[in-house]
Amino acid sequence: MSAAATPAQLELRGVTKRFGGVAAVDGVTFEIAKGDIVGIIGPNGAGKTTLLNCISGVFHLDGGDIKLNGSSIAGMAPHRVARLGIGRTFQIVKPFGSMTARENVGIGALFGSAQARRGVKQAFALADEVLALVGLKAKADQPVSALTIPDRKRLEVARAVATRPQLLLLDEVMAGLNNVEIDEALEMVRSVHATGVTVLLIEHVMRVIVGVCRRAIVLDSGQVLAQGEPEVVLRDERVIQAYLGERYAKRLKSS
Amino acid sequence: MPNASSLPEPLLKVRGLTAGYDAGPVLFGIDLEVAPAELIALVGANGAGKSTLLGVLSGLVRATSGTVSLGGRDVTNARPEVHVRNGVAHVPQGRRLFGTMSVERNLILGAYLRHDREVRDDLTRVLGYFPALKDKLSRDAGTLSGGEQQMVAIGRGMMARPKLLMVDELSLGLAPNVVERLIDVVQQINRDGTALLLVEQDVLVALDAADRAYVLENGRVALSGPAAEVRDDPGVRKAYLGL
Repeated sequence: MSAAATPAQLELRGVTKRFGGVAAVDGVTFEIAKGDIVGIIGPNGAGKTTLLNCISGVFHLDGGDIKLNGSSIAGMAPHRVARLGIGRTFQIVKPFGSMTARENVGIGALFGSAQARRGVKQAFALADEVLALVGLKAKADQPVSALTIPDRKRLEVARAVATRPQLLLLDEVMAGLNNVEIDEALEMVRSVHATGVTVLLIEHVMRVIVGVCRRAIVLDSGQVLAQGEPEVVLRDERVIQAYLGERYAKRLKSS
Repeated sequence: MPNASSLPEPLLKVRGLTAGYDAGPVLFGIDLEVAPAELIALVGANGAGKSTLLGVLSGLVRATSGTVSLGGRDVTNARPEVHVRNGVAHVPQGRRLFGTMSVERNLILGAYLRHDREVRDDLTRVLGYFPALKDKLSRDAGTLSGGEQQMVAIGRGMMARPKLLMVDELSLGLAPNVVERLIDVVQQINRDGTALLLVEQDVLVALDAADRAYVLENGRVALSGPAAEVRDDPGVRKAYLGL
């Protein structure tokens, strides 16, 4: 490791967010290199989504700093963070229900990063590209209300990808999918990642963490409990205690 | 009983059930039975019709043909409150708690239709299943963690004193060890005499816990049988377990 190395794409230093007296995120420090694909896991209430909200500008920090490519983004409004190249999805998807898949994704493309302002025509061309990338090409003209749950999750990812992010934050996009649907969704994440996008994702489904992540970060009570390669982290006794449970850990080992 | 069969009358009996929405039918001729105190897993891909089936069983979705009977009585298309009175409680997907009301009020609301004096006793009983909620009764339900909210949702269902408890996506968004604990509780509720219909995307978890299972595909029962047999079925392993 040389001191002159390029800065991490995303850098969190002592990030803290309190609600009343409770520190939901409590001094979280980690870095994510460009092109990496990292999973955040941890118990319900550990602060995972709060952390995502800190990164994407939804919450102001009560302490610490967040840097994108070496420049602080702490305190920036969400739309500015998005324009700087951090895209995100939401756990509860809220597409524009009366519009088609293409129109929904087109809105993401229209919003896009400031250097790449697009006209409507270009935005829709990009939307088609992104829809193909996430496997929704055939359903581009369908109203969102006609899409299945797995397809709505794809659409949620597509809307974020259409803003052309350098870093994509995915908040439980595989929740509610069965193993086979998850495997299909993993292919989509790999495709997006292969276009050069860094991915930071939250999941409770270990099939996802083991399937695509190069690194896993475990949050517990707002703090980093462990981080490293998924195979190592998921065997960590503290992680089994706080999060996985004995039976699950056993099943994970045997599979 | 005029029936020569030695099997006990099922608690729930669904025959030739067809149902759907304005956009078109979703269920096509479903046959399903749940015996008293049986634990049934209902699995299948997203869009297969699992939640729609639960909706028909709790009166939220109309059956267009076929019958639903409970304890030998025809209850097809009865209103939701009638189903609840008859002993069917539905724990909906995503929990659907009243977020700005206290945990205690959410639980008590599960007994909304009851006027007996034992509601308080049942609250104690429910808290016996979920001791973690004991010191959180006055908290707004919306401030609880996802796992605790699922406890409240299941507890609210139990407050109706159901004979059949239907839980839609127990594990949704929950940490593995929380799912483990909730499955333990659901099995305990079942051992204490309540039949359970468990809809679950984590198919392995559901099949490990259940006595029998039904696999729905495109609105039809593609397979049913003892949970262990369904788990070992090559088609199920490939299509749902991804093995």
